[in-house]
Amino acid sequence: MTMTDNFAIELTDIDKRFGAVHANNKVCLQVKRGNIHGIVGENGAGKSTLMSILYGFYQADAGQIDVLGQAYTFTDSHQAIAAGIGMVHQHFMLVENFTVLENVILGSEGGALLAHGLAAARKELTRLGDEYGLKVDLDATIDTLSVGLQQRVEILKALYKGAKILILDEPTGVLTPQETDELFRIFGALKQQGVTIMLITHKLREIMSITDQVSVMRAGQMVAHRDTQATSREELAELMVGRKVLLQVNKKPGNGRAPLLKVKRLSVSDNQGIERLKDVSFELRAGEVLGVAGVSGNGQTELLEALSGIVPMTSGTIEVLGFKMDAKHPLTPDRLRELGLAHVPEDRHRMGLITDFSASESALLGYHTDPKINSGIWLSNRKVEANCQALMQSFDVRPADPHLKSANFSGGNQQKLILAREMERNPEVLLIGQPTRGVDIGAIEFIHQRIIDMRDAGKAVLLVSVELDEIMSVSDRIIVLCDGEISGRIDAADADERTLGMMMANALDPIDPLQTMDDQHASSGQASSQETQA
Amino acid sequence: MSDVFLTVLLTLDATIRVSSPLILAAMAGLFAERSGVVDIGLEGKMLASAFAAASVAAVVGSPWAGLGVAIIVSCGLAMLHGFATITHRGDQIVSGMAINILVGGLTIILGLAWFHQGGLTPALNNESRFLSITLPYAEQLAYIPVLGPIYKELISGHNILVYAAFAVVPMVWWVVFRTRFGLRLRAVGENPTAVDTAGLSVIKLRYKALLIGGVLCGVAGAYIATAHNAQFTRDMTAGQGYIALAALIFGKWRPLTVMLACLLFGFLDALAVRLQGVVIPGIGEIPVQFIEATPYLLTVILLAGFIGRAIPPKASGMAYVKER
Repeated sequence: MTMTDNFAIELTDIDKRFGAVHANNKVCLQVKRGNIHGIVGENGAGKSTLMSILYGFYQADAGQIDVLGQAYTFTDSHQAIAAGIGMVHQHFMLVENFTVLENVILGSEGGALLAHGLAAARKELTRLGDEYGLKVDLDATIDTLSVGLQQRVEILKALYKGAKILILDEPTGVLTPQETDELFRIFGALKQQGVTIMLITHKLREIMSITDQVSVMRAGQMVAHRDTQATSREELAELMVGRKVLLQVNKKPGNGRAPLLKVKRLSVSDNQGIERLKDVSFELRAGEVLGVAGVSGNGQTELLEALSGIVPMTSGTIEVLGFKMDAKHPLTPDRLRELGLAHVPEDRHRMGLITDFSASESALLGYHTDPKINSGIWLSNRKVEANCQALMQSFDVRPADPHLKSANFSGGNQQKLILAREMERNPEVLLIGQPTRGVDIGAIEFIHQRIIDMRDAGKAVLLVSVELDEIMSVSDRIIVLCDGEISGRIDAADADERTLGMMMANALDPIDPLQTMDDQHASSGQASSQETQA
Repeated sequence: MSDVFLTVLLTLDATIRVSSPLILAAMAGLFAERSGVVDIGLEGKMLASAFAAASVAAVVGSPWAGLGVAIIVSCGLAMLHGFATITHRGDQIVSGMAINILVGGLTIILGLAWFHQGGLTPALNNESRFLSITLPYAEQLAYIPVLGPIYKELISGHNILVYAAFAVVPMVWWVVFRTRFGLRLRAVGENPTAVDTAGLSVIKLRYKALLIGGVLCGVAGAYIATAHNAQFTRDMTAGQGYIALAALIFGKWRPLTVMLACLLFGFLDALAVRLQGVVIPGIGEIPVQFIEATPYLLTVILLAGFIGRAIPPKASGMAYVKER
């Protein structure tokens, strides 16, 4: 057996450009057979491009791909699949109104008629399910399955197509901690059967706990390969960013004072009449950060939009800085902004800025009536630009060019521009959704510090995030949303990932702390007994 | 036999004749939209193939030759639509409308240039048309009460394209829901990225769907000009392509319900003809326009959510671009 036979994947000098962007610059990578290999890097470092090339979704401009000791040139995904590569994308590639079975056989139906292929697939999937502990109802349609189960379908799909090498792109981003544990258990079973796993993630904790080796990408280049045992989170973070990074947020304990925002029995229905937020009550005090945790899509968006006056509420009251609003007497987003409430929306491309506008115009959105800039009829271009220049300076937005189109800034810099716009007005209440989604580690550090600074200045901050690390390190108190209801309240000091995870799945009784403890033990006991069975 | 019974039978008989091209066109639209391409050009394709069928049948003297050329012309337009919207990712509505407008003018100009009859094609004699087929024993069985007349008037006595239209429906159902092609077709209209990552070509699948639609529209057009009528007249499809599209939505993109919607709309059309000038006691004369507008009204009501919900294939109307 030669050396190359030990490698499941060998990439040599892979090069890929998208216009002016050099997405992959002479990237080399070797992945040993049967290992779990992590690939980390900031957004835009080129990880996803590299994996898409390996999967035949894009073609490399130059370079060589060897899979299981054999050289390939993939021109489409079909060839990569045939070579034994399977991919679980970050956004699942599932047809929502198809059954699990139909989704799995799509592309390898085994004949022009479905009946035979479906029957054969059913048998094979049952076998795979038993072998790897990947149980899922084959006749359920995808839209009735939880995210964790949908991911399982993706893995089954890859295995069914004969994958010996499984690539997973940010697989845990949408999972609760419990679902993540379950996924890692599946990884273990796959590894035992000789499957090679490539895990792309920006969560260093996961890299440390599950991988055998890890490779680090930065700015389109592969900058380091390490055995996981011989490295640390700190070292990896430094390699990713290119400088020392503080992973922990520096903060003194907060001291919440008078409530600035009171929410009482707030309910919100969407335009199809489905209740998205049910009977939510909480207070947000001056000088504290209140974290809102939960799996994405459990009412966080509706909460932010109701509080900022964007969507109407169906019942309940909201009191902002002494001003009341309810379903019959709403306040407009404009009026709320005037009162001192600022909102950094979750989705910066949809609501935060207008990607076709220049930075100076995007930096003005919502404040265009400010008499400092607006003389009644005319906007002063000079003042608009000066305003943007000042914001860029205080939040270190790069490049500091007010004329540049908003779309041409990186995600982190777009986010900093929006944060600057909302925070520099010195609002009393700041609503902030997913402040660090798609933002680089270096910028995350900066954004977190700014949020803490606001809190220390006696402002009230509501922080909605799906990142539990962020929630736990920045917040003083935490509420958890599940299915539109508050399923848990806890002080950040007492919170850990497991407890929050249980709350996110609404598996805890939030009222009785004793009960809480028992439930937790009972469920974790159950989980471990399941593991033994598997 | 009572006159009322016969009147009902004849109205239903007309319903079947009027519905046939709707069914064919709606099935064409079903393939296109299930694959993610909105096909508002059904109207134009039918009109073009009606013209082609009538012209060729008039010159050659064979309805089958007319049918063949109609299918070729319709497929050509379908490929044009595909080239604009699939290959070049153009707007599907704009492309479809462009085809409708183009055909509306072109058929008249070509008709004038070729036949010098004010945009009409020469009237077809019986040899160049699809004629009614009398099914076996229709005359003998006509004397059996109720069932006899139903067999004779309703089921027997249509041309072959009518039977083809109704035979196509279960075939479409079978193809869409029971074959590999159907699975891929449904998938590409819902989530083309999933199809692409499964190693299948989104572009090829969509072209195939349009091609099938082209064939069906060709048959529909030939039916209108060489079976239902005996020559081409300007704008003779008269919005049937849009009605078929409405039936597609009304039938929620499922072959059997779409057929029922076509029959309902066809019935309304037949009724409008029958009620023309008839004064109904207590109500007076019903404006024909009202009945003719009903299919559109029903579709709007459906879309507004009053009769269940019509959920189109998720990716329909969108060109597929590999995202970066």
